[in-house]
Parts: sequence; C-alpha cells; structure tokens
Amino acid sequence: MAPVRDRRTGFSRRRQYGVFLGYVLAVAGVVVGAALLVLSAFDPPLFAGFRMAAATVTTPVSSVLATGGRVIASIPEAISDHFAVRARNGAMAEQLKAQAAVLTRARVIAYDNRRLRALLGLRDRARTPVVTARLVSSTATSGRRFALINAGRFEGVRPGMPVLGPAGLVGRIVETGPNAARVLLVVDPESIVPVRRTRDGAPAIAAGRGDGSLDIRSVYTTNVRFRTGDLFVTSGTGGLYPPGIPVARVTRPGADTVEARPFSTPDTLDFATVEAPFMPIPAEPGR
Amino acid sequence: MIPPVAAKPFAEPLPPGRARAIPWASVVAASAITAVPVIATVPLMPPAGLLMLLAWRLLARFSLRPWAAAPLGFWDDLVSGQPLGSAVLLWSLCFLAIEAVEARMPFRTFWHDWLIAGAASALCLIGGRLIAVPWAAPVGPLLAAQVVATVLCFPLAARAVAWIDRRRGPHA
Repeated sequence: MAPVRDRRTGFSRRRQYGVFLGYVLAVAGVVVGAALLVLSAFDPPLFAGFRMAAATVTTPVSSVLATGGRVIASIPEAISDHFAVRARNGAMAEQLKAQAAVLTRARVIAYDNRRLRALLGLRDRARTPVVTARLVSSTATSGRRFALINAGRFEGVRPGMPVLGPAGLVGRIVETGPNAARVLLVVDPESIVPVRRTRDGAPAIAAGRGDGSLDIRSVYTTNVRFRTGDLFVTSGTGGLYPPGIPVARVTRPGADTVEARPFSTPDTLDFATVEAPFMPIPAEPGR
Repeated sequence: MIPPVAAKPFAEPLPPGRARAIPWASVVAASAITAVPVIATVPLMPPAGLLMLLAWRLLARFSLRPWAAAPLGFWDDLVSGQPLGSAVLLWSLCFLAIEAVEARMPFRTFWHDWLIAGAASALCLIGGRLIAVPWAAPVGPLLAAQVVATVLCFPLAARAVAWIDRRRGPHA
C-alpha cells in the first residue's frame, strides 16, 4: 500500500497546530494510562463505580443472550431426553434401590448429629440466601477471572458476599452495581479461600492459579502429604464463607502445595446463589 | 469483463460526523464482546477491541485520531476486567510504536500489517499479563495460546474493517 502523504500540513498554522496537538494528546494518553494504573494498583476498588456503570449496560444484554443460548442448548437436550427417558428411568430406579440403605444410614446419622449437638448446646448460625441469580458473562480476554451476575444492589447484593453454585463454591462478590455484581471466581490468581480436608479436617488454603485450577497449600509448616482425590471444603475461617461448601479435589499427590481441580465449573446454564457473609462483616473503622 | 459497480452509485455518502464516529463505534462494540454469555475459566478469547483498533490504524490511517487509543482503551478496561489504565497505557504505546514504524516503513503490504499487528497485540497481551496477574501464576502456556489465537484473528478484523470502511464511503 502506498504511503498517505497527509503528514504534510502545508502553510496552514491551524492545521500544523492541530497535528501537533494530536501527537501531544497521544503521548498524554500514555501518561494518563500509567497514572491510572498506579492508582488502581494502590486502591483497586477506586474505579468500581465506572466499571459497574459499564456493567449496568452490558449485563441486561448478556442476560438476554444467555437466555437465548439456554433455549438453543435445551433443544438437543429435549430430543435426547425424549429418546433416553425409559433407559434413564430404569437406571434411576436401580440407583434408588441401591441407595436406600445408605439413605437410611444417613438419616440415622443426621438424627444422631442433631441430638448430640442439642446435648452439647451448640448453636449453629443459619445461612441466609440473599438472591439466586445467573452468571451471565466473564472476563474471557483478561488474565483475571471475574464474572458478572445479573443481580445487584436492588436485590440486596453487597461486596463480600459468597457466591455458591450447585456443585460448590463459585467465588465472592467484589463490586456491585444497581442491577449487576462482579464475582471474583475461586480460580482467580488473587482469590484465597480457607479450606479443610474432609478426611481429617487438616486446614489448608485454596489459592487460584489463573489457569483454571487451584493450589492447595498446607497452613501447617510440617510436612503435610496430600493424596490424589483428597476433598477440600470451606472451613469457615475468616467468617466469609459458610463452612462445609465443596471447593476442590486434589488431582496429583504431593506435599505442602498441590494442584487441585475446583468442583464448580460455572457456566451460564446454572444458577448461582448469593448468600450473606457467614459472620456479619464488621464496620470499617472511621466510617 | 464488466468492472464491479457499487450497488448504489448515486447514493449520498455518509455525513462526515457519522463517518468519523463509525470507527470509534466499531472498536467500542468489539471491546464489548466480553458481554457474550460465556463463563471462561481460562483466558483464551482474543482481545477483539485491540484487533479492531490495530486494523483501523493500519488499514485506514486517518480514520482514528492519534489520541483515540486512550479513550478507547479506557472503555476496554471497564469491560475487560484488567486494572483500569492497562489498555489506556498499552494501546497508546501501540499507536506511538506504529507511528514510528510507519515513518520507517511507508510502503507496506498486508503481510507487513499482519506482522506489525501481531507483534503489537502480543506485546499488549504480555504487558496485560504482567500488569494484572501475579508473577508466580503459571499462565505462560495459556498466554501463548491466546497470543496465537489473537494473531490468527487479525485477518478477520482487517476484513471487517475493510468492509466497514468501504461502506463508509470515499469522503470520510
């Protein structure tokens, strides 16, 4: 392609100054960008208002698109359901029969549990769901793992609330707008969740790696062994996440720090429940 | 052979204001592609806004002002999940770098443009990773995959830009 010779401004002072000002502004863009970056590094929630204003516009669009996607995705499902319903019915009846004994045992255990807790005088904190919404979009181009849910301040969603999916912990709310809220997913490289092993209650920390999996780090300094298939649930430490929510399963054995796969693979087909923080968030000093 | 004729040869060209707004609108719309209802657990989607911006800059030099990268990057930061200022900085640097390359390499083919856009978008993605994600995060292979996807998507962006630019008319 031949070069465009429009760089010449001729004798028009106005044109010369205009071109010069354009380049000055271009360099100013770099400076402003660097300044904004420094500000956001020191105070990440500083620009939450701008971000959530944009999300207020994009979230309804995403919601409509997600609904359309669900309708399309449900068509092949409906067809396969139609043909597979008998076979699946039989399989489910078998499964029900096989699990009847386990269910009875679980009922006995649950009853025992209630009775013993009453004996001990334990008081459980009730979990209070705030709203059930859908994850509608995510930051698919950035290394950070945020998602937007289509419920916000109007529905009572506030920053700091945990978000739960059908399979396990999804993340927590970091920013809220009137009709949308931003969720920090557990796989985000800056997300940290206190967990414990289901087998023996060993405490650990589940930190996001940024590549779709989690790091399970032992909080003991001693040599803690992790086995493949170890299950980790939230411990309730810190008071943000309610205890006992499934978080991750260890994928390869190791000591002290191992890789784990999160239970919840959030998509737009599932609901996400926003709950109030397990313990009330203390008021910030000076506010 | 009959030369190709525009469908409406006597149609009025777009008014200048709208013709100038179209490149901006297309980059804004491309940035907003993060609104598609997909919950990604890994970042693999190419930054469509950046690709559109580079395509406009390289294929239609005067469609965007030299300072347009900063406001467009501001919008991209709002919807992309990067810390605010990341795209403002990186996109502005891209514009300045392209300006410098253009001064040394005025005669370019599409392959040159592709090379320049590929290098610019790769540097933007790597810069964005350094800005947003902690050093220790093992996201190298994913980043490489995203860079490859982005470089391969540039011809699509260039096609889209060429199509819009043709519709925009010769006087824009």
